Amino acid sequence: MNLGEPIESVEMSGNFSESENSFEPDQYELREALPYRFDLDRRHFFKILGCGVVTLFLADEVFGQESGSRSRGRNNQRPQDISAWLHIGEDGIVSVFTGKVEVGQNVRTSLTQAVAEELHVSVDSIRLTMADTALTPYDAGTFGSRSTPDMGSQLRMISALAREALVDLAVDHFKTGRGDLSAADGKIVRKDATESVSYADLARGRQLVRSATAVDLVPASRWKVAGTSVRKVNGRACVTGGHKYTSDLKLPGMLYGKVLRPPTFGASATSVDTAAANAIPGVTVVHDGMFIGVTAPNSQTATRALEAIHAEWTSQPQISSAELFEHLKKTARQGGGGFNLGSVETGLAEAEHKLEQTYTIAYIAHAPLEPRAALADWENGKLKVWTGTQRPFGVRSDLAKAFGISEENVRVIAPDTGSAYGGKHTGEAAIEAARLAKAVGKPVKLVWTREEEFTWAYFRPAGVIEIKSGVRKDGVITAWEFHNYNSGGSGIRTPYEIAHQKIESHSADSPLRQGSYRGLAATANHFARESHMDELASALKLDPFDFRMKNLREPRLRAVLEAAAKAFGWGKSTPAKDHGFGISLGAEKGSYLATCAEVFLDRDREAVKVTRAVVAFECGAVVNPDQLKNQIEGALMMGIGGALFEAIQFEKGKIKNPHFAKYRLPRFSDSPQIEVVLVNRTDLPSAGAGETPIVGIAPAISNAIFAASGVRLRSMPMAPQGLKI
Amino acid sequence: MYGNYNRRNIGLQFFRDDLIFVAKPILFMSAVKEIHVNGRLQEINAEGERTLLSVLREDLDLTGAKYGCGEGQCSACTVLVDGVPTRSCLTSVSEIEGRKIATIESLEKEGHLHPVQQAFLDHEALQCAYCASGMILSAVGLLQKNPNPSEAQIVRGMNGNICRCGTYQRIIAAIKDAAKTLKTGAA
Ligand code: FES
Ligand code: FES
Repeated sequence: MNLGEPIESVEMSGNFSESENSFEPDQYELREALPYRFDLDRRHFFKILGCGVVTLFLADEVFGQESGSRSRGRNNQRPQDISAWLHIGEDGIVSVFTGKVEVGQNVRTSLTQAVAEELHVSVDSIRLTMADTALTPYDAGTFGSRSTPDMGSQLRMISALAREALVDLAVDHFKTGRGDLSAADGKIVRKDATESVSYADLARGRQLVRSATAVDLVPASRWKVAGTSVRKVNGRACVTGGHKYTSDLKLPGMLYGKVLRPPTFGASATSVDTAAANAIPGVTVVHDGMFIGVTAPNSQTATRALEAIHAEWTSQPQISSAELFEHLKKTARQGGGGFNLGSVETGLAEAEHKLEQTYTIAYIAHAPLEPRAALADWENGKLKVWTGTQRPFGVRSDLAKAFGISEENVRVIAPDTGSAYGGKHTGEAAIEAARLAKAVGKPVKLVWTREEEFTWAYFRPAGVIEIKSGVRKDGVITAWEFHNYNSGGSGIRTPYEIAHQKIESHSADSPLRQGSYRGLAATANHFARESHMDELASALKLDPFDFRMKNLREPRLRAVLEAAAKAFGWGKSTPAKDHGFGISLGAEKGSYLATCAEVFLDRDREAVKVTRAVVAFECGAVVNPDQLKNQIEGALMMGIGGALFEAIQFEKGKIKNPHFAKYRLPRFSDSPQIEVVLVNRTDLPSAGAGETPIVGIAPAISNAIFAASGVRLRSMPMAPQGLKI
Repeated sequence: MYGNYNRRNIGLQFFRDDLIFVAKPILFMSAVKEIHVNGRLQEINAEGERTLLSVLREDLDLTGAKYGCGEGQCSACTVLVDGVPTRSCLTSVSEIEGRKIATIESLEKEGHLHPVQQAFLDHEALQCAYCASGMILSAVGLLQKNPNPSEAQIVRGMNGNICRCGTYQRIIAAIKDAAKTLKTGAA
């Protein structure tokens, strides 16, 4: 899953993306690319892993040619040079190296499958090393749903290349022609099956390096391993408690760190008294500029030491939740770029029915179940940090800057992480742990508390969306004007055929620190757009499905809308009393989806419950159907939280609900029956799918609540204190 | 303390109910010297008010139980105390003296996964898997108490466990499946 990258955020294939797209990327996504610093020379591969066959993926050569359709230029800061490599050892073990991070999207499994497919080896013989800046090639980060389309195809290419290299070696070995040989089960086999030679035997004593240019890949229609539901490759370690997350790691002599936080945002300390804390046995207080932290032999002593520090703080007046939306509108800037087609005035003049509505979206938290954590260790001026981040190379650069050392002296390792959802692009815990470790000369582990995670991380942007539209009686939309204030430009374009459009995303002053989130602004934009579509349909007394189809040309969207409606039984039955059906449609990052939801309004308990949801999803060729379903179900569950009850409340520079007790996350009792319909397009390249399925559920719920009650809810979350209808 | 574990409730009520324990007074100060974990006595030297979670993770390196909130809301920290699922973040070590703790690390026996563990794998009830230890032990406790739970009973019994990745439907299916396996195994 995870998370939004600038260039593709508004790029889509198919009819409605043909026109030139001039949106600025969401401002909070922009990051400078690191200068490329991959310093391994080729002998290095064999030094680390012994003799064998190595293949490299040279991003520049292959990717440059491949991505003709992608905009190059200032935003296209993809990694240069080697971006993945693979080694087949003398024991037949296949070691693969990629800078991507596993954060619960099960990319470790799908990437392993890609290698198994092309190399014709079993999944068990593959070791995937991920996200270690000393071992894996540079990678900009795990977000933007780019792991499957980019890294998946790169690994497939270097695997295919390795397979071909092995065939070449076997040509020598058997003194025969290439046509006589094929790869199967970790061996090169002769056509008549009389003889075979294992990869291990072929690799023995070699130091062969090849780099990828164009390679023929197995087409998706003939996939054997890819395209199947291979189980999570390290699943066993996950169910036995064996997997070590960052927060589980331990080094000899390690201490536990904590950082003193100001009571409000922007506050600074006027006096600090650390004597009592320093007097606790085993405790060291580190006070450096604005930074005040402690280390102790265990976490509870560290907490106690923190509580023993007496500090006075100044604070500043700040915006509170109650004034938020007004503030965003007031501070909004002119829309950057934007999309214009025809003239909205003309379109409105042609309309027989007009509608103007405002929608709002609250700040929400990622709340990954594993909070930010880092373990830092200094040795001879070199820094090694384990941390759960989606941008290990970015964090390496942040650490180098913070400590005034060169990047070569920093190694960042991101173990498979307790999820992120776009919330772990930064490296705060890494820097804090490293600062403390430097002071005490011992390794220090620092794990944020839930309250810190809720307060000092960053949030999904809040926003205000205004829509003005016009429609003819026959259901044809003639005008569409859409303004998003602050929450961003992802998924902002309408997929419907409308002759007159004006679409703008406006940045504003965010009172809270905001950043990336699964699906980015596409959730907010889909909520507003698809709710508004429903309002138009209801004003015209048209069926919401028919109304959408009438204004839709893109075949991939029509296909998912029809698939979802069919599986849900749309139009086939009427909902029971206090039940309602809702439908929504959307597309983002190369994926297409339609969502149907049924809600039940429990009037006695003033609650709303989503009882059933159907998602039809299409993201090109499906690599692992069950993992994909898992991602879609999970995104839908997460989307229910933001749709119904998640909201950050803040006042005078303080988060008022930084606990699960006051910030309600979706639980078992919130889970509907979920049916996922996969539309598998083996003729199309695979797109990433960890994010997009989150965008459809909020509007589907909103529309279902309207159908059940006649009440239209235009703010996310829709039922923060239950639902009084 | 772990008796409170069963005071779970569905929905918002659950939250308010449990908040009480966040402000738990510190009652125990003397050091605890040993605890019974995963079938053996372990020597420790921990101040009595430290949480069982921190002692398991920091002193004994049993890191299967996870910190998710420290306030009884997520159950990532679940262990079995005398067979009863217990949130170790709200349990002090002094409270469990003389009792038997089982953590996720002890569930696999001689290379064989417990049926609940196996069912989690079979149903791919895992994304980041950070919730998995707590989910599995809670499910083991649930099935001990009620070997044949209905879907509603599973939802009620598991509602104190959060999976932020949202694998709830898979976990429900896994628990149903494990219930079947356990029954045929016992027969
Ligand atoms: S960590 Fe114990 S309930 Fe969340
Ligand atoms: S799998 Fe990530 S929290 Fe459950």
